[in-house]
Amino acid sequence: MEGLKESEANLVVYLHPSMAKCVNDAILRELSSLLFTYSETFDGVVLAYDPNVRSNLAKILPGIHPYLGVRLKAKLLLFSPKPNMLLEGEVVKISRQSIHAVILGFSSAVIADEDIRDEFKYKVKHGKEVFVSRHHKKHKIKAGTIIRFLVKSFDEEILHISGSLVAVHTGCARWLDANLEEWSQADSTTRKRKDRDEKEQKTADDKMMANREMPSLKKDDRIKKLKKKRKEHT
Amino acid sequence: MGIELAPQQTVLHDMDELSFTDSELDYHVRNALKAAVQGDCDSYNQLVAVIHHKERLVPEEVALLMTCLKALTGAVSCMHIVHHRSLLAAIFGMSLWNYGTDVMDALVELLISLAASSGQYVDLCLEMLVTNFMPPSSSSTYFIELLKQPRGIDKKHQVLDRVHSTFQDIANLVPLSPLRLEKIVRDRMPNIYTKEPFIVMYVENMLTLESGAAGKLVGGSMLVAIMDRLIDLDVEIAWDDILQDDFSKGIFDMELEDLEGFSDHVQQDGDELTRESLMQRFFGGNLVAEKLDSLLVLTFEHLESCSGSGRLIQVFETLLQSFQKTVLTAYKSKFAQFVMFYACSLDPENCGKMFVSTLVNIFVSGVSPAWRMSAVAYLASYLSRAKFVAPSFVAATLESLVNWCFDYCNKQDGDINPRAHKIFYSGCQAIMYVLCFRMRSIISVPRLRSQLLLMRIEDILRHPLKPLEVCLPSIVEEFLRLAKRNRIFSVPDTFVDYGMLESELSRAFGGIERLDTFFPFDPYLLRKSDRFIRPNFVYWSMVRNSYYEDDEDESASDEDIAEAGISIADDISVDEGDAHLDEFDYALDKMSITPRDSSTKFGGRIQGFVQMPSKIRPSTSPESL
Repeated sequence: MEGLKESEANLVVYLHPSMAKCVNDAILRELSSLLFTYSETFDGVVLAYDPNVRSNLAKILPGIHPYLGVRLKAKLLLFSPKPNMLLEGEVVKISRQSIHAVILGFSSAVIADEDIRDEFKYKVKHGKEVFVSRHHKKHKIKAGTIIRFLVKSFDEEILHISGSLVAVHTGCARWLDANLEEWSQADSTTRKRKDRDEKEQKTADDKMMANREMPSLKKDDRIKKLKKKRKEHT
Repeated sequence: MGIELAPQQTVLHDMDELSFTDSELDYHVRNALKAAVQGDCDSYNQLVAVIHHKERLVPEEVALLMTCLKALTGAVSCMHIVHHRSLLAAIFGMSLWNYGTDVMDALVELLISLAASSGQYVDLCLEMLVTNFMPPSSSSTYFIELLKQPRGIDKKHQVLDRVHSTFQDIANLVPLSPLRLEKIVRDRMPNIYTKEPFIVMYVENMLTLESGAAGKLVGGSMLVAIMDRLIDLDVEIAWDDILQDDFSKGIFDMELEDLEGFSDHVQQDGDELTRESLMQRFFGGNLVAEKLDSLLVLTFEHLESCSGSGRLIQVFETLLQSFQKTVLTAYKSKFAQFVMFYACSLDPENCGKMFVSTLVNIFVSGVSPAWRMSAVAYLASYLSRAKFVAPSFVAATLESLVNWCFDYCNKQDGDINPRAHKIFYSGCQAIMYVLCFRMRSIISVPRLRSQLLLMRIEDILRHPLKPLEVCLPSIVEEFLRLAKRNRIFSVPDTFVDYGMLESELSRAFGGIERLDTFFPFDPYLLRKSDRFIRPNFVYWSMVRNSYYEDDEDESASDEDIAEAGISIADDISVDEGDAHLDEFDYALDKMSITPRDSSTKFGGRIQGFVQMPSKIRPSTSPESL
């Protein structure tokens, strides 16, 4: 799934003097206030943090309340979906006009019916609403399915994603993974041929690389062995 | 499904005499919305008009409204927040209270659909639902009357059930919505000047949220906000216009609480007044007290249900934090602290002990002196008044208090000094106060009796810091009387300020806030919520009777009280026209409770001899400070 990235951030956390006794707790509390909010500086929604306070010294700010500025490095897990990224999420509601899903448990996504490709047909089966593919009867989208979709837009304030199921490689994630050939075949044959050619090219290249690497690796080994021997001697 | 529209509908002459299918109406609505974006607003305006129409709807109009709502539910993806401003305003302006259940359901579906379709509508939908916690203000009088009838109650349940289930539905689709909801509910909480039925209904909804599915997320802040509101109401109740106290009587004599079965009869010029009617007269006209009373009833009932479902401890932890932040630090709150009292009564083992240990901690190692004194006052009052606290626990807590005081005075070699050692004196006073109530029950258990005798109470009382002279004389007097009677401690007989409620020295240690006369869990005065507190409360008369069973003349004479008249203060009579100096004097006088005839001062406000069957401390709240 795209959209997740890990970043290292240099942060300065300003703590109230009353927190001077329990600095670590205070830092964690400050960082936790960043969670699940979109931050422009980080360009993403902070999902997790891992602080690493380097030194024991902190600068004291001048002013009425002498806040302490603690410098630290933190590893942050960020979620920043951009248009045309491929995301996965669990479907929570199906209606004739939309599919609602939840991404990573906190972000809501909606796919409106104009963004659902015609291949999918809305049906009500056994009282449950479901979108079924016309071409592949097994390809179903219903409540609880994990779907893969493209991002159209992202509302940063409420972390709401608007998605689309127009592209071929979108739909029920499990079905897509299991039936790789079928949906890639759904395209025109020219594309298929292109893919095949590409694949062949790739494997050939890989072989070349492997061949080239093997001797070099062997060389390194030999060099290491020589070095070792030299060491032993000396 | 097709609908037949009455030809007389002026609003929709285009749709006359036609019957639509669902999908046709969907199509029509979508087109109307899209056309409005382009600038062609005719069908769009008709749609808005249908939504606006709410007065006395005939069945056809209801059907039309419902189908429009359903069509809009399907067309939310075509809606635009700017171009369809008036339609959205009309939708969000609808109040569930004005319609039947069918329309309510359709409207609620539309809200869910809107909230899920785009982030920009989430706040608006939640705000609209929160506004529906209470009936629309435009027809408030109608609804207040309606809510007194059974069908009004039904209506309320219909609306509120839907509102809360919609919160849940939206939360399923938009997981972060409870966070927004929490903020919205807090921001829109009515202030203390709102009419009672509305504020009560809003708080009821907050408590429903707390115990609901999203309770783990929003519950804590709901409780904190409610406690804040209770304190706000509490501090608005002025002692001034309520009770005057007889300053020549001691603290214990002032309290003449009646037990189940016998009521104090107080006569005033031939009128016979029971305690009930007294409470009524004092608080009847007081709107703020009534609101506080109703809210406390709600809170107590909620605590009861939490206890029933096993959640009391988590709820109590939140309340305890809120207590330390707001109630403990509020100047002499009168009733809000009984929330803690009642919660402890529901679970003395866990909550009660948590409460006591927190208070002891604040007293022993707190930072602010005023809060430490306040904490020990709460502790003393709680241990004395809570019927459900075991004597062994009281003894154990007393021991820790005594130990602290003993350690403290061992480090001091100075002489009596009320201000410097005010924390110490407040600790001593607390010990004596608790023993006044609990001595009998402690010494009746041999193990506890010996524990009590081993405590260094005598050493503390005999110390050069002279706590017996500094603490509130009426408490000291009562304590010495009991100690002598039960032959527990050997303490000096002679005592200076015999018969006085307070002295210069006690005022000195009490400070400007008069923490020397602060007994937070004194008898409860709010009428409706009294039934929750009463069964768990220890009244002085209950304890006193057990001490003075044989002794006739020492019992604070109920007959005396019955004979004297009481004078009930008039309404707030602080004359606004008075000179600033008068007000200042008034404030000073309010702080001082030395017995003197103050009837001359405030233009005859106090008539005659003021004798109070009062259960509360003298009014010393420096409201005018």
